[in-house]
Amino acid sequence: MTLLRVENLRKSYGAVMALDDVSLDVEEGEFFALLGPSGCGKTTLMRAVAGFETPDAGRIALAGGDLQGVPPWRRPVNMMFQSYALFPHLDVAANIGFGLRQQGKPRDEIAQRVAALLELIQLPEHGARRISALSGGQRQRVALARALAPGPRLLLLDEPLGALDKKLREETQFQLKDIQRRTKTGFVIVTHDQDEALALADRIAVMRAGRIEQIGSPTEIYERPATRFVAGFVGDTNMIDGCIENGGFAAPFGRIALGICALPDGATASLSLRPERIHLGAEGLSGVVEDFTFRGETTLARIDVGAGHMLRASLPPGARVARGEAVRLVVAADAGVLFAKPAP
Amino acid sequence: MTRRGLSLGKKLVLAAPYVWIVAFLLAPMLFILKISLSHSVLARPPYAPTFSLEDGLASLWGKAQTLSLDAWRALLDDPLYLEAYGSSLAIAAVATALTLLIAYPFALAMARAPQRLRPLLIGFAVAPFWTSFLIRVYAWTLLLKDEGLINHALMALHVIAAPLPMFATTGAVVVGIIYSYLPFMLLPLYAALEGQDPTLREAAADLGASPREVFFRVTLPLSRDGVVAGCLLVFIPAVGEFVIPDLLGGSGVLMIGRALWNDFFANHDWPAASAMAMALLAALMIPLLYYERSRQKSEAQR
Repeated sequence: MTLLRVENLRKSYGAVMALDDVSLDVEEGEFFALLGPSGCGKTTLMRAVAGFETPDAGRIALAGGDLQGVPPWRRPVNMMFQSYALFPHLDVAANIGFGLRQQGKPRDEIAQRVAALLELIQLPEHGARRISALSGGQRQRVALARALAPGPRLLLLDEPLGALDKKLREETQFQLKDIQRRTKTGFVIVTHDQDEALALADRIAVMRAGRIEQIGSPTEIYERPATRFVAGFVGDTNMIDGCIENGGFAAPFGRIALGICALPDGATASLSLRPERIHLGAEGLSGVVEDFTFRGETTLARIDVGAGHMLRASLPPGARVARGEAVRLVVAADAGVLFAKPAP
Repeated sequence: MTRRGLSLGKKLVLAAPYVWIVAFLLAPMLFILKISLSHSVLARPPYAPTFSLEDGLASLWGKAQTLSLDAWRALLDDPLYLEAYGSSLAIAAVATALTLLIAYPFALAMARAPQRLRPLLIGFAVAPFWTSFLIRVYAWTLLLKDEGLINHALMALHVIAAPLPMFATTGAVVVGIIYSYLPFMLLPLYAALEGQDPTLREAAADLGASPREVFFRVTLPLSRDGVVAGCLLVFIPAVGEFVIPDLLGGSGVLMIGRALWNDFFANHDWPAASAMAMALLAALMIPLLYYERSRQKSEAQR
């Protein structure tokens, strides 16, 4: 069932279009990510759903009910703020219980729910602590518990892991996913970090300049990007310009076979080729290893394929290459994603 | 390198405030304390004994034995003094509370005004300081007197038939205090409110708090330090205020500042005036200490 429906939403600040005809649906219990570079409108969209921004046009409906004109404090939506926005004058338990008190719940029920949430975020002994006495990771979890406490239909998370260091971020990703599954709440997360979106979300909307470029599952987004922008923004890729010749892709440095080609011969196009889809082999494109960096699980090599082009290839850990070594590159027919390019 | 050895320059810098406090606060206070233990005489200075450097040890001891608590006893015996203290504290408390009620919306409006307007608004708030305090208080007599501006206007508009007795009342003193001390309340409140993170209000609204509830559950509690500071800045000088009750209060309004002035200048009873001043200081130290303690407590939590 559809939990959140956004239809043709528009919002502009002066000449800047923050939201340009945005439509999307979030299903009940879904983990949805809004992904895009800063300034793409993802935060504006989230704030419009929370009620902090009034859209110029369009409709937002939650579980069928129109949210037009409903103030933030009456929306069954809670938000976890990027800065956490925890109340410094209240202790941890009072922060988490804030929304419950606002709902007029009896004291012992609040205490019970707060205790359960403290358990959920694995801070059972921290109820009486001051916010200032918490570490960054603990604050992040308290902010999550506070937003979950009133039992919202939909939880909005604004860059929830942005302020955490890398190791903690990964750990928290699993916790967040686990909590989302257990509470069966719809989560909409705003992030500029593609890894985060890919790791967490059931579906991702990639946004750019106020528009949605593509909505799809992480695998769809990664393997079948709808636009050049999505291919470049999500994951690492080699973007090669060329044209179609005899159902194959003619790059300046050689020919790359294509499985299915939807474009006519002679059309100019771009081919997005992920580094991990390029393998070393006995035959294929010839090139020279320019340099390489060891990345633990893989080795990323830059290979000069001639005509001033450099391809990045992600090699398995056992691969041994040396600078200046002549190699052959094998590209499977279905490895690349083709984008038509408007004639210049 | 050890951190214990401070250079001479650093020591001097650190010593400066202590020297200042000892020379200009502690030493004068000790003089006043000593005078409060002396007895009044018709001489110059109008109290005895006076100690001097030429005194031998024996004569110093003899003089010291004449010190007494007479002035302090009189303070307790004469109901006039206690009444003056009581009414000073009451007037100052009422005026402080009203100043807070008036200043808070002002400070809130200033803090929520567009960034570029704020310096201008602060300028307006402190603009009265550009005129002499005495003149500003005196101007109120022109407004409050029976034949003053307010009564004139009300009578011309036929709102009242006879002039309202406003001048020389306790109310006039309270109005004078509110008017004079408003900026001292406004600025700490503004500082406390301006520094608040607006996302905290959004978070509260998101959790179901209406604008009114956001104010009482977030904005107001977070401005507590500003409220306390502003109240102390108004209350403490208001208790000992002399000019305002003297100009606006008439003879009926009893305040400690005027009683002090009377004893000092009219009666030439320096020991009594000194004892009164010391007692006032002690009474004011209590709220100050309370403030300091609550400040330290909140600092420790930070």
